[in-house]
Amino acid sequence: MTDNDTTIIASPVRTAKDFASDQEAKWCPGCGDHAILQQLKNVMPELDVAPENVVIVSGIGCSSRLPYYMATYGVHGIHGRALPMATGLKVSRPELSVWVATGDGDALSIGGNHFIHTLRRNPDLNVVLFNNEIYGLTKGQYSPTSKIGLRTVTSPSGVIDQPFNTAALTIGSGGSFFARAFDRDGKYLRSILKRAALHRGTSLVEIYQNCPIFNNSAFEAFATPDNKADNTVYLEQGKPLVFGKEKNKGIRLDGFTPVVVDINKEGLSASDLWVHNEADINKASILARFADVREKSDEVLPRPFGIFYAEERVTYEDALTEQIREAQKNGIATLEELLKGESSYVIK
Amino acid sequence: MTDTNKTTRQVNVTAKTSVSVLFAGDSGDGMQLTGTQFANTVAVHGSELNTFPNFPSEIRAPAGTIAGVSGFQLQFSSKPVYTPGARFDVMVAMNSAALKANLKDLHRGGIIIAGTEGFDEKNLKLAGYPAGANPLEDGTLDNYIVFPVPVLQFTREALKESGLSSKEVDRCKNMFVLGLLYWLYTLPLEGTIETLHTKFQKNIQMAEANIKAMKAGYFFGDETELFANLGRFDIAPQKQHGTYRRVTGNEACAIALTAASKKAGLELFLGSYPITPATEILQTLAKKKKYGVKTFQAEDEIAGIVSSIGAAYGGALAATNTSGPGLALKTEALGLAVILEVPLVIINVQRGGPSTGLPTKPEQSDLFMAMYGRHGEAPMPVIAARSPVDCFYTTYEAARIAIEHMTPVICLSDGYLALSSEPWEVESPDNLAEIKPRFQPARKPEDPPYLPYKRDDRQVRSWAIPGTKGLEHRIGGLEKQNETGNVSHDPENHELMTKIRAEKIARIADSIPLQSIDNGPQKGDLLVLGWGSSYGAIKTAVEQALEEGYSVAHAHLRYIHPFPKNLGTILGNYKKVLIPEMNSGQLIHLIRDTFLIAPVGYSKVQGVPFNEMEILAKITDLIKEI
Repeated sequence: MTDNDTTIIASPVRTAKDFASDQEAKWCPGCGDHAILQQLKNVMPELDVAPENVVIVSGIGCSSRLPYYMATYGVHGIHGRALPMATGLKVSRPELSVWVATGDGDALSIGGNHFIHTLRRNPDLNVVLFNNEIYGLTKGQYSPTSKIGLRTVTSPSGVIDQPFNTAALTIGSGGSFFARAFDRDGKYLRSILKRAALHRGTSLVEIYQNCPIFNNSAFEAFATPDNKADNTVYLEQGKPLVFGKEKNKGIRLDGFTPVVVDINKEGLSASDLWVHNEADINKASILARFADVREKSDEVLPRPFGIFYAEERVTYEDALTEQIREAQKNGIATLEELLKGESSYVIK
Repeated sequence: MTDTNKTTRQVNVTAKTSVSVLFAGDSGDGMQLTGTQFANTVAVHGSELNTFPNFPSEIRAPAGTIAGVSGFQLQFSSKPVYTPGARFDVMVAMNSAALKANLKDLHRGGIIIAGTEGFDEKNLKLAGYPAGANPLEDGTLDNYIVFPVPVLQFTREALKESGLSSKEVDRCKNMFVLGLLYWLYTLPLEGTIETLHTKFQKNIQMAEANIKAMKAGYFFGDETELFANLGRFDIAPQKQHGTYRRVTGNEACAIALTAASKKAGLELFLGSYPITPATEILQTLAKKKKYGVKTFQAEDEIAGIVSSIGAAYGGALAATNTSGPGLALKTEALGLAVILEVPLVIINVQRGGPSTGLPTKPEQSDLFMAMYGRHGEAPMPVIAARSPVDCFYTTYEAARIAIEHMTPVICLSDGYLALSSEPWEVESPDNLAEIKPRFQPARKPEDPPYLPYKRDDRQVRSWAIPGTKGLEHRIGGLEKQNETGNVSHDPENHELMTKIRAEKIARIADSIPLQSIDNGPQKGDLLVLGWGSSYGAIKTAVEQALEEGYSVAHAHLRYIHPFPKNLGTILGNYKKVLIPEMNSGQLIHLIRDTFLIAPVGYSKVQGVPFNEMEILAKITDLIKEI
């Protein structure tokens, strides 16, 4: 090594373009996937990670084509199996930044078993779940997150299956990070992706993603400026849960029951409201149920967006590496030792 | 030290060449432990040895019933042995069910050592003997030499001052039997004493009780008049001096994967899901952390193989192990590994099928699945192990082919090899073939673009692992354009890629050894062509047929896909070809299809291995027809 080689080279300034592959995205015009791809490219330079150290693993479905459009390493696997593939890679190569692009069908239906087991093991993966509540690539069948009553080609009389609640499923499976974002709210999505990347453990980001062809406007209630303010609540660590056009509504916990209150009318102050704490699994569990629970007044609770839950917990690969380190504390065993074994005998 | 040469009386010691012994009892009687200890002792004594445990798939089937019988068979000898013996010479029967279940496989005139307490009214009834019948008393065993021994009574007497509970005392009865067998075969007790001290390190009382029971059995043999006419036996040691270890097929597979990873300079990753009879591979590797081995017990068979594909993509020597039902679940992922062209070892320990079938019994019925069990055209190499020790060499070879040819490889074992054991002279690292992964080096910006599916003259692509600068690329299960690896639906390209994938596997034939004749003339009347665990039975049968003057040879395939290049020529050198298989005839299809010849098949689909007598009878019948 010469002196010149030891010169510290400042890490190059990268832009989103450095993470764009030469392949043209083949999603439908207007598909929410384009927006998610753009934010993923945008967030990469902020993470100070070199493209060669990033791997994006996917399963099957529209969302799973994403790796082809990123100038990183990528594997497009088989339906439902992105999580075990990413786990094997991460366990084998803990230093890599491993991302998973998956959808509601891929992750929650055919890959449902892997979903729950990956979350409880907690390998350091960044899972981006594109939830469009429909099967897009197979042309419009209902998915495990489709709403009851949705008429599709395979549910001409309406869906009768209770849909999965992704947040509740994640938290119930022992997941260490759950966040929800929206495809068209780019800046916010990017901030969530960044937090997910920085979280050590399996970060599950559910993105409400519009499928303009087969399930257009599924998330309209949270999308238009008119609806959005009253139907959504954005979670901020240490801040009260306040929403509404006039910022006049809040969430108060009545025992274990979340209740919508009018701050002005009831003469309440911020300290009377639910203050968000992403380390609190009980509150996260209640937040997860906002999508299901209706108040006595029949007023629908706002849909939470942001980081529901973030828990620092040992990752699977760190625990395994530690066990190996412990087993090797007296040195790495040799091939000779392996072949000889522990119960060999000598015949003279 | 127990002086095992000292006897209170003069007892005749007869020299014998080989003996096959079966230890059989209820699954709670400790027969596996007894058999294993006996095997360890004869191994260290220097005998040639082959063992085979036979137990029910239930952990504790109803006590005393035929379903609950657990057996451990071994053959030890002054000359090489390749099977646990077609029939046994000695049977230890701890209860009447054990006798009933195994009597048909005892040689006429063979020895039965019967634990009389297992032949009381209750046990006889549980074993299904009619009321009033007792084989030890009613003359039905007149063709055998029967030694009724009140094993439990003697064990209790020996341990009456041990301070153990009566349940604990009774559990030592297997050691009494073991001691008796050591006496009968003039074998030393020291090895077992040492093992018991280690095993019960934290319970000295228990160690001493077991040892005392064993010695009681030994001295019983010495003192009783029961064996006066029979005398004792001596099987002279035969092994050359050297260092040996005893391995089962499953252990050998695990050692081989670890050895291959060391030799190739790669980390070993095993993604696996427990399944009988393959689980010991995962268990053994889970204990190899000091070699840097990473095992991942996945949530299912699919995650087992897919996690391995992820690790392979990352540059590890990746493997997965399973048995038939698991391989069925893995088939979609096998296709992915084929199209990704990453190295992967799949060890399939075959068992009786279809479906759950016979989980603890061997069969060779997954050959078709290994060859063809994927959608689309997805060729991959298939190789098969022939003996417990050969599980090492075959698995090692599977890893070499996988890494050097960038392909998944199916390595076939079966439930018989998995659990059988034999001595293995400790291998030197220098004797193991080099394994050279071909990693693609980093690329500078001014270099031409990296082409993930560009190939060398063997049609092998390079291994470009994440973390390597300038090689960022995307691959997947979609058909890819030749060389660039970009997604392509072009018709001609798909046909080209299909051909290339097949040719890549076919060209492996250039780098594997030619087929050899294991035994017998290079040309002659009959060739017995085998694969897998039938090796021992065929080997022994052909040896005997040759001694009897027949013109017969034995060839045993390790490489089933692709076949060795000279196989066709070899097959043409004999008037007839016999293919014995533990299935309804699968290899025979491949041979007919490839070489357009008409071999004779010989099927056995009973969940039990072939024995040498069956094969010998078939050989002599066939040669008489010529």
